[in-house]
Amino acid sequence: MRKIKFFSAAALAMLMALVGRAQTTFQVNGVADQRDGVYAFINATVVKDAQTTIPNATLVIKDGKIVAVGAGVAVPKDAVIVDCKDKFIYPSFIDIYTDYGMPAIQRAAGFNFFGPTQLNSNQKGAFGWNQAIRSDVDASKIFVVDDSKAKSLRDLGFGTVLSHQKDGIARGTGVVATLANKKENMVIVKDKASSHYSLNKGSSSQSYPSSMMGSISLLRQSYIDAAWYKNNPSSEGVNLTMKAWNEQQNLPQIFEANDKWNDLRADRIGDEFGVQYIIKAGTNEYQRISEVAATKASYILPLNFPAPMDVDDPQEVRFVGLDDLKHWELAPTNPAAFEKAGLNFCLTTSDLANLGDFGANLRKAIEYGLSETKAMEALTKNPATILGVYDKVGSLDAGKLANFIITSGSIFSEKTVILQNWVQGEKYGVKEEAWYDAKGTYKLTTRAAGASKSYSMELKDGGTASFIEKDTLNGKYSFDGKQVKLSFTEGRGPNAKETTLSGVSNGNEWNGTGRDASGVNFTWTASMEKPFVAKADSARPKQPVQVGKVTYPFLAFGNEELPKQETVLFKNATVWTNEKEGVLKETDVLVKNGKIVQIGKNLSDPTAKVIDATGKHLTAGVIDEHSHIAAASINEGGQSVTSEVRIGDNIAPDDINIYRQLSGGVTTSHILHGSANTIGGQTQLIKLRWGANDEELKFKGADPFIKFALGENVKRSSATQGNTRFPDTRMGVEEVLADAFQRATDYQNALKKLADEASKVKKGQTAVSPYSVVRRDLELEALVEIMNKKRFITCHSYVQSEITAMMRVAERFGFRVNTFTHILEGYKVADKMKEHGVAASTFSDWWAYKMEVQDAIPANATIMQKVGLVVAINSDDAEMARRLNQESAKSIKYAGMSEEDALKMCTLNPAKMLHIDDKVGSVKVGKDADLVLWSDNPLSIYAKALKTMVDGIIYFDRDKDAEMRKAVAAEKARLIQKLQAAKRGAGANGGGGGNFQRPRPRYEVMFVCGDHYHKHGLLTIDSDNLEVLENSQY
Amino acid sequence: MKRLFLQLVMIGFLVVSAKAQETVYPAPAQKETVYIVNATIHVGNGQVIENGTVKISNGKIAAVGAGNNAGSDGKVVDAKGQHVYPGLILPSSQLGLVEVPPVRATVDSRELGDINPSIRSIVAYNTDSKVINTLKSNGILLANVYPDGGIIPGSSTVVQLDAWNWEDAAYAMDNGIHYNMPSLLTRRGGGRGFGFGAAQPAGDPIKRALDDIEESKVFFREAKAYAAEATHAATNLKFEAVKGLFTKKQKLYIHCNIVKEILVAVDFVKEFGFDVVIVGGSDSWLVTDVLKQYNISVILGQMHDLPNMVDDDIDQPFKTPSLLQKAGVLYAIGDEDGNTRSRNLAFNAGTAVAYGLTKEEALTAITLNAAKILGIADKTGSIEVGKDANIVISVGDILDMKSSVITAAFIQGRAVDLTDKHKQLKARYEHKYGIN
Repeated sequence: MRKIKFFSAAALAMLMALVGRAQTTFQVNGVADQRDGVYAFINATVVKDAQTTIPNATLVIKDGKIVAVGAGVAVPKDAVIVDCKDKFIYPSFIDIYTDYGMPAIQRAAGFNFFGPTQLNSNQKGAFGWNQAIRSDVDASKIFVVDDSKAKSLRDLGFGTVLSHQKDGIARGTGVVATLANKKENMVIVKDKASSHYSLNKGSSSQSYPSSMMGSISLLRQSYIDAAWYKNNPSSEGVNLTMKAWNEQQNLPQIFEANDKWNDLRADRIGDEFGVQYIIKAGTNEYQRISEVAATKASYILPLNFPAPMDVDDPQEVRFVGLDDLKHWELAPTNPAAFEKAGLNFCLTTSDLANLGDFGANLRKAIEYGLSETKAMEALTKNPATILGVYDKVGSLDAGKLANFIITSGSIFSEKTVILQNWVQGEKYGVKEEAWYDAKGTYKLTTRAAGASKSYSMELKDGGTASFIEKDTLNGKYSFDGKQVKLSFTEGRGPNAKETTLSGVSNGNEWNGTGRDASGVNFTWTASMEKPFVAKADSARPKQPVQVGKVTYPFLAFGNEELPKQETVLFKNATVWTNEKEGVLKETDVLVKNGKIVQIGKNLSDPTAKVIDATGKHLTAGVIDEHSHIAAASINEGGQSVTSEVRIGDNIAPDDINIYRQLSGGVTTSHILHGSANTIGGQTQLIKLRWGANDEELKFKGADPFIKFALGENVKRSSATQGNTRFPDTRMGVEEVLADAFQRATDYQNALKKLADEASKVKKGQTAVSPYSVVRRDLELEALVEIMNKKRFITCHSYVQSEITAMMRVAERFGFRVNTFTHILEGYKVADKMKEHGVAASTFSDWWAYKMEVQDAIPANATIMQKVGLVVAINSDDAEMARRLNQESAKSIKYAGMSEEDALKMCTLNPAKMLHIDDKVGSVKVGKDADLVLWSDNPLSIYAKALKTMVDGIIYFDRDKDAEMRKAVAAEKARLIQKLQAAKRGAGANGGGGGNFQRPRPRYEVMFVCGDHYHKHGLLTIDSDNLEVLENSQY
Repeated sequence: MKRLFLQLVMIGFLVVSAKAQETVYPAPAQKETVYIVNATIHVGNGQVIENGTVKISNGKIAAVGAGNNAGSDGKVVDAKGQHVYPGLILPSSQLGLVEVPPVRATVDSRELGDINPSIRSIVAYNTDSKVINTLKSNGILLANVYPDGGIIPGSSTVVQLDAWNWEDAAYAMDNGIHYNMPSLLTRRGGGRGFGFGAAQPAGDPIKRALDDIEESKVFFREAKAYAAEATHAATNLKFEAVKGLFTKKQKLYIHCNIVKEILVAVDFVKEFGFDVVIVGGSDSWLVTDVLKQYNISVILGQMHDLPNMVDDDIDQPFKTPSLLQKAGVLYAIGDEDGNTRSRNLAFNAGTAVAYGLTKEEALTAITLNAAKILGIADKTGSIEVGKDANIVISVGDILDMKSSVITAAFIQGRAVDLTDKHKQLKARYEHKYGIN
């Protein structure tokens, strides 16, 4: 039995697929059933496109396409007529960001600091070197119609999608297909419609890239490699990945960024290679809409607004972040923010945990300011135009595919339902039972044995009915679009008599049979006399949405308005100049236009804001030579040499540690790559301009640096499953360095040779472009810069053997190491370091947290200083960074350093080693006004930074901080009240509590340079313990 | 009247290069009476005596008072201009159990199993750890050493830091049982993105934690019943190990931080009548009323820490001590930031001064309060007559790194050698470069 059933179901499906026009080359099993599919939809309100609505119009379709649309259009004779009175017809929606019909992806874990290494791609065949570059994927070749998924999209009003495999950094091409349940051949609208990219390596199990900046570098190098590959370099052979890459460059280039900062990162990659991406955004762009607008990109917006949090447990709420609460409130304003910014955008169902939320979230976006016109365009014309298929879909115009939806009313109204979704001229029912509104007044006639009775029957909301003959009888009804059941009761209590009726509907005429209380059968008919008229909407008019303000950064202690540069006069301070003047008592310092303009006694300036600094100490801002804050990723541990990666590509301004460190007097931080590999990445110097964006944080005009590392971390001593990545010893580390610089030397020579040849080219001949012969190599390029003293090394280092080895390699290749950072055994080879000319940046008293720091001593800094090195105290740690003044003071205790020299270790000396001592590091006329006013001697444990100024702007002020704490608490309380009200509302409406989620603690990801065993509060996650680096998370 | 002061200074600074760490000897028992004179004496209980004298004999503090009261029956240490403090007490540490954290062979702090009350930290305490002397030379003379791992990892012992072996070191043996509260903090969703190797087991982790806690209570209930009967056919070492909790000879140190966990800790007072100490307690400031009501004291784990929450006051960890102080909760400041960094204990207290404590309150938080919490206040924690002469002399304010230079220390009246590995390496390379 079961077998037969299965067979007939399969046969039915086949039959379904063959109705309409059969595909010419395919065999028909049975009798051909060719149909023209001519339909005329009359009396409809046709919304042709977002701008054009035609009342009382007719839509004619034939053979899956629109033939005519408009008022007074002639109805063809062979058309099936569908009366759409009171109905609306819209072009069906287009989702530009789906993986509809794509095979499932096997997710792999990301980089684990302690885990095993996979250095090469696992992809077999003539493909490229990196598993995350999957340009060879052609979505049209792996696309399979999946009707259950199609139905879930059709039910939301979609008729066409762009689909691609959401996996990898380069993801190949996308396919445009309709959601018809037909053979793939018939539903594909455009087989290669787009080319896709992201910053997430997806299923790639290859170690590289393991970081945001690594993903960016891999993309940049891929553009370069693909261009180079066009010359068919024999050294590369056939590379199908690059071939495919090149072939798809003229398609729309779509980049999945998912976050405001990632949008900007993607756009910058595009700018570098002359590509304007269409950017798949997240829901937080409203937080930086002006930066996002400056990209001038088209955007694809998801509607996965965060679900409200359940805030009824104060202990759980304790760990909820203000930023998460604010995002809950403001995320629905995201589409409106794009509209207001004048950006072109599409909407997608992508990222919704529950597809069914699409309609509600779309209405919410409209409630929060998105116009209905833009919403319509974003779902129809815009995606069609971007994909070059507006001639086929996206509006109701003759010649286009018959992809449209029939609705009960205006599409964006909450009460409207989608009745039918027609794809390529075929009907897919959505909520057909709602086509007819059964409610209304009917004439009901029953006939039994010649006797007939007539009732006036009224069907009302909620399935109640009344039947009036002489008396009014109460009853019930149910209607499913075709079948109807009715019943009414005479009398009350035990003597009540119930009559039941059932039948079918044929439009407004119903008929059926019934049975009364005494068991007599009868027949009945009913016809509608008057449709139900809803009472005027008594609902309260909707309150305009009230929401909080965006702060910069979007975090607790962020400002609604950024603090401004002021003219400031510090009066009567003890000024630690770090210059030959030493410490000046009762001295004034005048700051103007971001610079220190005057130092002296009895200064005055009528325009200045005067700060009484009597009894207080003024110093230059603290400079942290070794920091890992404010970055989306820190370690690219995928390979031993990653000089191509750049911290500057992934600066993350929404880091509370910027503010916390300002409170410790820090004004400049050198954000270093981690120490996972020998040649790490390019560093980024930033100023702690709290609230600035990623580019504005950067310290302008500073020499570029790069991070190197030696010892345990780079030989992966802590790898839990053994190390397979060269090197495994300090011998190997030295050879990684020598090899890298040898390759860089050869590279430089090859380029130079080509340049020389080019310069000798005679007139009329064209010179060979060097990069068409030599592959431009971002990794080697950075090393060439080092050899040419255009980029400088800060090298993580501990033991004396490796310190000496590093210096000797540098000398062999004609350059010097600029800084040894950590350098805990520097005191053992300080004389050699002095001779080499390297600076030292170290910890004050950390030791024994691993084997290579067994001989670290707290006199290290002082001994190196006495030997004549420039010595700094660094943090490498978001917590310690706010006490660098006190960490420096430990040299007084442990080795008798003078107070002034100690202070220089966290101010002037790091400025020197970073080559910025002409701008910062001391209190000197002409230098940047990066100043700290301390409550006490800055080297004392009792000293607190009262005000911290960067470029003459006070970014931290202890008095203002006290106000901000109150503001943070008040804003949090407001949002919690709002959530509680939302929950009460949901409960009152019987909404079952709505879609409330359990409060999510606000975790912070912390980056350190290997493991120091230094703890950071409860809610921090050490980045090295992250199994998966999820790009959008931080 | 010999001038011992110079000699002490010499031990501290000059003689170092002549000795390797292996020849830094624990000091022998005190024979001769010592007078520390002309000092500013910080008693540890809030009191400060200017220009005072401390008399030490037979390992005890024999007299404390203002003025120069040196007798002729002993050595005189002239501490003019210097400050005298009670020996600092590190209230919670794994000193001597862990040498180099990532090197497994040097780690003796975590035993296998969840309920291990009979495990004793003291038997693995390595008096030859290179870390110990670096703490001692910063004025830390006593430390409470506890084992970790599982829910009930075992008992802690207070050690003095100048000993030949662990039996010599033991100052208050097995006087606390430790309890690691399973975390009641919701973790970030679903395991993805937040793994420590293994995948999170299914189900509600909070519920699982509460089940684990209940299981541990079952252990204590049975232990209590067991203790009520004197003789047993089968002796249960685990039950035996916690007997002292029921008689309050031992305290229960509950390691936890958030309010929910602290509220669960109260159960151990209510149901079993234990003396409970919260260790960690970063959110303890939110429930000071509860702590007072149940006489629960707190050892703050780490002052130099980031706030628990992004939204928290940026200096919350720094000001937590003053909040506990104002509320009248008995608390000590600890420093569990790795054994080696514990030498910053005094500076942790110094930071608390910048954020609301008085200097003497801060000192109490690392001396007398710690002694009270550890149950050794009858023997130490302040410079009071009859107590062990555990005393530190500093050139300047011990709480401030710019002036905290320790010149001498006495443990049970013994003038201890303040040489450590770091001073030796410093001397070695100053020798190399001819600098000083």
